[in-house]
Amino acid sequence: MSDPASAPLIAVDNLGVRLNTSRGPAQAVRGVSFALKRGETMGLVGESGCGKSVTALSLMGLLPDSAVVSGSIRLEGRELVGLSDAGYCKLRGNRISMIFQEPMTALNPMHAIGPQVAEPLRRHKNYSAAQARKEAIALLDRVGLPDAARRVDAYPHQFSGGQRQRITIAMALACEPDLLIADEPTTALDVTIQGQILDLIADLVEERGMSMILISHDLGVIAENVQRMMVMYGGTVVESGPTNEVFRRMGHPYTQGLFRARPRLGAREGTRLRTISGTVPELADLPAGCTFSDRCPLVEDRCRAALPPMVEVGPGHNVRCLRTDVSMADHVGALSA
Amino acid sequence: MSVFVLRRLLTLLATLIGASLIIFLVLDALPGNAAQMLMGADASPDAVRALTVKLGLDQPLTIRYLQWIKGLLSGDLGNSYVYGTPVAGLIAERLVLTIPLAIMSMLITVVLALSAGIYTAANHNKLGDVGVMSLTQVGLALPNFWFAILLILLFSVRLQWLSAGGFAGWDDGIWPGIKSLLLPAISLAVVQAAILARVTRSAVLEVLREDFVRTARAKGLGKREVLWSHVLRNAMIPVMTVMGLQFANLLAGTIVIENVFYLPGLGRLIFQSIANRDLIVVRNCVMLLAAMVVIVNFVVDVLYAFIDPRIKVHDL
Repeated sequence: MSDPASAPLIAVDNLGVRLNTSRGPAQAVRGVSFALKRGETMGLVGESGCGKSVTALSLMGLLPDSAVVSGSIRLEGRELVGLSDAGYCKLRGNRISMIFQEPMTALNPMHAIGPQVAEPLRRHKNYSAAQARKEAIALLDRVGLPDAARRVDAYPHQFSGGQRQRITIAMALACEPDLLIADEPTTALDVTIQGQILDLIADLVEERGMSMILISHDLGVIAENVQRMMVMYGGTVVESGPTNEVFRRMGHPYTQGLFRARPRLGAREGTRLRTISGTVPELADLPAGCTFSDRCPLVEDRCRAALPPMVEVGPGHNVRCLRTDVSMADHVGALSA
Repeated sequence: MSVFVLRRLLTLLATLIGASLIIFLVLDALPGNAAQMLMGADASPDAVRALTVKLGLDQPLTIRYLQWIKGLLSGDLGNSYVYGTPVAGLIAERLVLTIPLAIMSMLITVVLALSAGIYTAANHNKLGDVGVMSLTQVGLALPNFWFAILLILLFSVRLQWLSAGGFAGWDDGIWPGIKSLLLPAISLAVVQAAILARVTRSAVLEVLREDFVRTARAKGLGKREVLWSHVLRNAMIPVMTVMGLQFANLLAGTIVIENVFYLPGLGRLIFQSIANRDLIVVRNCVMLLAAMVVIVNFVVDVLYAFIDPRIKVHDL
């Protein structure tokens, strides 16, 4: 790379993923495009089933065999779509790593944690057992596992959820990857632990100059941890842009709905939580036009005709909505959902 | 670990005592007098009474039970009512056949079942999976004596590689003995392997769906490596449970195959002793089988603890 600072580390173009579900084939992701520079962080927000995890897994090449991926994923210019599993194995855990949602089940209960953290080092860097063990202890120490040198031979069931998530982070970081994908890393943890884990991830991303994709359904988590964000709904990106820009002027009715639906401290007792009416559509039978049209308060006939194009509403801030004139006309709170 | 083993040993002891009581009481409650049976219906009452005293059958129940237990512990099981020779010797003669047969059959079962189970799970829903699983379906449906007869037809009658029956013993070295047990071992293994292969397949498939498998893949391990280093050990618990049951069954339940191959095994000894009312042999054989089942289960339990670190801590 001639200029590593400006060339994208990972460039995703028009990504589509077709999955075989129990209800027939479903287009789980379509038309997702983004590029991430080295050291840049991006958030992926949306409800369960909106395609954010499928997007992440397609970057890792870990979708089920029956999934059909279209479009392009380039890591420093190298095409990953269609790469063989053996080729992907050289990247996973080495250049791209992933942290999963459930620390309680993400570790193998039969193996001590040390060898599990050391496994990527043994595999990708050909470390000897002794070297890998030493490095594993250092990593566990770095992620804040108390008494790492002594507990390296303990088994997963001997640790709490937060500690286990620290262990999976150590594992993901072992080979100093360029890109870290964190899929709801704190959703399964106690609220008090959530902040610590997110701070740890933020520190490590900063310290190692990694790029990060943080997946969450929690707008608060996204607001505090990433530079850019993408909001997904029904397998498409409905809004994307710099985080503070999006939070300042939310353009898509769905993003606005998500924002209003968050629980708030200090709300008067008896105040009902706002919800977005309707339910997330099944990916197998999405509406023909805008994926959000069935639940949108601003829907018009033309919304249902075809998937609306992305509209630029600010610097780097794009919204997939035909009615931004209305949705962005006034202060967010003025809208009645 | 030691606490775990100790607790398991105590359970084993209690189970054995319970089993001995039940065996003793049930056989004692059988109608008919052993002495009468032995001497025939025409025997004079005096002679029957004399034999009853000679066999010690006139003693109170508790005394006889305690004497039996004492004998068990000292290795003196008494003499057969029918043959007049020591019961321990009779059983030992049969065990030199039954135990090697059970081990051979179990080895064949494990090799067939694990390879079939792992192969089918790794190729889930592909042609190989469907093919091998259909074969196990056939294996399940085969009566083992019928399969044994087919084996005899092929290997003994047609090809004349192996003898059709009888046991060569171990006096002429290990090979003739193994050769004479090969066909019976295969016949016994086929059905068992079909069952165990299905258990293995579903156990492996279940583990393959676990989150930590995805974690291992995310670290850059190939599918095969994940299978060997992460999945199999987790899948072994249900597989070993069934293996233990099958091994116990091989020690006790092989009488049909013993008859097909004219093998003097433990199953035939028990059958003949029941027919002859040789209750002292029956009682000791049944106790031996109970003990073997309990010990096999104990070994399986201890192996669990070796495989799964969680068991040591919780002291199941």
